[in-house]
Amino acid sequence: MPTLFLFGASEGGLFDFDATLPLMAVQVVLLTFILNALFFKPVGRVVEERESYVNTSRSEAKKKIAEVQQLETELKDQLKEARLAAQKVILEAEQDSDNLYKEALALATSEANASREKARLEIDAQRDDALNQLKSEADNLGDLIVERLLAKK
Amino acid sequence: MGFLPFVFPLAELEVGQHLYWQIGNLRIHGQVFMTSWLLIGALLALVVIGTKKMERDPKGVQNLLEFLWDYIRDLARTQIGEKVYRDWMPFIGTLFLFIFVSNWGGALVPWKLIELPSGELGAPTADINTTVALALLVSLSYFYAGLSNKGLRYFEYYVHPTPIMLPFKIVEDFTKPLSLSFRLFGNILADELVVAVLVFLVPLVLPVPVMFLGLFTSAIQALIFATLAAYYIGEAVEEHH
Repeated sequence: MPTLFLFGASEGGLFDFDATLPLMAVQVVLLTFILNALFFKPVGRVVEERESYVNTSRSEAKKKIAEVQQLETELKDQLKEARLAAQKVILEAEQDSDNLYKEALALATSEANASREKARLEIDAQRDDALNQLKSEADNLGDLIVERLLAKK
Repeated sequence: MGFLPFVFPLAELEVGQHLYWQIGNLRIHGQVFMTSWLLIGALLALVVIGTKKMERDPKGVQNLLEFLWDYIRDLARTQIGEKVYRDWMPFIGTLFLFIFVSNWGGALVPWKLIELPSGELGAPTADINTTVALALLVSLSYFYAGLSNKGLRYFEYYVHPTPIMLPFKIVEDFTKPLSLSFRLFGNILADELVVAVLVFLVPLVLPVPVMFLGLFTSAIQALIFATLAAYYIGEAVEEHH
């Protein structure tokens, strides 16, 4: 009988070793296997699944944030480019209208000059004509006067 | 009964008396098994209820179980190390949970209401057989852990860092289970005795703070036992460089 009486008691005592010891050891080993199957494995699976889920979610979120930031910078670049292009277009349009105005002005000026010149030339020619006519009429008149005077004599 | 006053009835307080069950020619302490079966049953019931329908968003008992699991994992991981803690987590956890429910069950459940022909119900860990069984399991575990992880190189541990350590390390193999078992046994038995004696002397108010202190000690003892067991296993599997 695996009984060990440390303190001399024939029955009982605080240090009464007997078959309780190995049976308790067997019981605890059994409990270890039972708890492993019922508690440690299932709970561990759930906790680790959640941990990996949280980790993947977090890394995905980080990836998405990076994507969003990249898109944002791209959009900003595009916006800047569009602004520059618009300014260029406005500048070009202004220059175009300026040029058109200048061209139209030059054309109108030259036309006006040409017609004025033409009018002056016409006026000159008419004046010359009129002068010549006057001169010849005066000559005729003079001749006539001279004839008349001479004829009276 | 014996020459030391360990076996005497002090009012309703009985020390060193056991309810013997005879199995073949083996004798066992019935009261230890009765309480341990009840407490293990309660523990298993809690575990079964908590793991019945587990979800990613934990509810109710699952929260408690996950907290315990996390606590035990941290304990095992810090003491044993990242590499092999998974193999030993169930053992460390079982030690912790069994000792914890035994200590608290012994302190919280009014066992005195149940009359036994001999002895009395109480914490299973207040019986030297239980604590020695647990301590010997720890000894076997760390030997097994060391040998299975490092083979015969495990015995390098005995001459590390110098061969002068050899006798001390050999003595340690005996003192480890001794100190483990007697620390737990002494604390829990002393707590039960102090409460019983105080209840006997001053039945009102005064025992209550001592009872709370006893709950505190019980929890600490479970933690100490599990931590030391994990530490011994960690020491055995540690690689020396």
